Amino acid sequence: MSTPKKIYMDHVAGKPVDPRVIEAMIPFIKDFYGNPSSIHSFGYESKKALEEARAKIAKLINAESPESIIFTSGATESNNMAIKGVAYRNIDKGKHVIASSIEHMSVINPCKYLKTKGFDVTFLPVDKYGLVDLNSLERELREETILVSIQYANNEIGTIQPIREISQIVHRKNAYLHVDATAANGQIPIDVQKDGIDLLTLSSNDMYGPKGVGALYVRSGVRIEPIIHGGGQERGLRSGTENVPGIVGFGKAAEIAVNEMQAESERLSRLRDKLIKGLLESIPYAFLNGHPTNRLPDNAAVRFNFIEGESILLSLDMMGVAASSGSACTAKTLEPSHVLLAIGLKHEEAHGSVLFTLGRQNTEDEVDYVIQIMPNIVKRLRAMSPLTPKELLG
Amino acid sequence: MYSEKVMEHFRNPRNMGEIKDADGVGTVGNPVCGDMMTIYIKVKDNRIEDIKFKTFGCGAAIATSSMITELAKGKTLEEALKITRKDVADALEGLPPVKMHCSNLAADALKAAIEDYYKKQKGKVEKQ
Repeated sequence: MSTPKKIYMDHVAGKPVDPRVIEAMIPFIKDFYGNPSSIHSFGYESKKALEEARAKIAKLINAESPESIIFTSGATESNNMAIKGVAYRNIDKGKHVIASSIEHMSVINPCKYLKTKGFDVTFLPVDKYGLVDLNSLERELREETILVSIQYANNEIGTIQPIREISQIVHRKNAYLHVDATAANGQIPIDVQKDGIDLLTLSSNDMYGPKGVGALYVRSGVRIEPIIHGGGQERGLRSGTENVPGIVGFGKAAEIAVNEMQAESERLSRLRDKLIKGLLESIPYAFLNGHPTNRLPDNAAVRFNFIEGESILLSLDMMGVAASSGSACTAKTLEPSHVLLAIGLKHEEAHGSVLFTLGRQNTEDEVDYVIQIMPNIVKRLRAMSPLTPKELLG
Repeated sequence: MYSEKVMEHFRNPRNMGEIKDADGVGTVGNPVCGDMMTIYIKVKDNRIEDIKFKTFGCGAAIATSSMITELAKGKTLEEALKITRKDVADALEGLPPVKMHCSNLAADALKAAIEDYYKKQKGKVEKQ
């Protein structure tokens, strides 16, 4: 087996831009600089490219019309727009918002912000796999509930939510359903019409497009207010001259995803299962985080008892492998990931978590290499740890 | 994000392990916070003759544990008690700001081990 020099398995943090995407973007960095809002031919070229990209993204999620795609600066802005925009526009119905407790911070923190503005916010519990508790969703929905925000799949543990069932429950109470699909987009098929989604957050880089671009799907008829005011671009919902090169790249990335998603997701799922199985079988006291089957094709989240995540990441990096962790030490706070605590892990278990996220350039050889080096990394750190049971040291 | 010195101690930690018949043992931190370390000392003629550590924690926690064993070995107890968190960080050519408080526990662990030694000595004297 070859031992590759550098292996990147942190695709959840950032993905390389597909060369075909770069190719598509170059003319709009070099030659076509017109403002899509201008009336002249320079503007028209940009406008045409913008609308083509919009149509490609609409196709990816089977939106009823390209007009329902609003371009933004990325998933964080899309989530902020969905939550604050819907909340402020629908006060006449009520001031209650529901989100799951394992949402990304760009959903959790806008919800907490709404709380300071007099809204009532409920965070739903999840089970040990990270699945939203549908009974408590039903219980918490009220006449005044205006919005429910549930992610399509979780970035840290990979668990995919039963969005169609959730949608039926939410719509029975006439609330809107916002779905953050940042981790899922481009990996699993999303159909906003069949799934019954009112607002959907999309991210370009998570589909091998450039960073700094995203979109919010807003089903026609959904009542929402802009959070950025200005020249009235994007149907008045998101002012500011559109990032044309970025959006063109985003569109190309969506087109590639439509064509290649199925085959690539099957390939990644096989690699993911091999990696998880290899690690759990060769290392004692190693466990999977998240759902065993309902999980994203790229996500292998594993925890190792008695040791700490950052020291595992440093050890992997010394061997040329880039991964991430939900560990406190990598973040700016002492608290472990809110996601890992919400699925019921103890603090010390959460601290020992490592997240491998696979991508297009990863090969089976690379997965084999990680399976080969990981037992010794864990063994070395466990030998240092005062928490390791004596019988493991042998 | 870490200095070369920190990485060097992380790669090759000095004096890692336990001392079975230690004269003093100090444990600080908590696995809940993500950092916990135990320092073992062997004392002869008021000097730290041998010292070992065991640490659960991030790279900084492991490197600071390793470094304090180097700084303390051979020193008198009075000298060893004067080693500060800052001394450890400086010897490692600095630590990222976020690590200065949460993971820089080695000086505290050494202090706890020496205090444990004093307590045990006092116990021995009282028994006699």
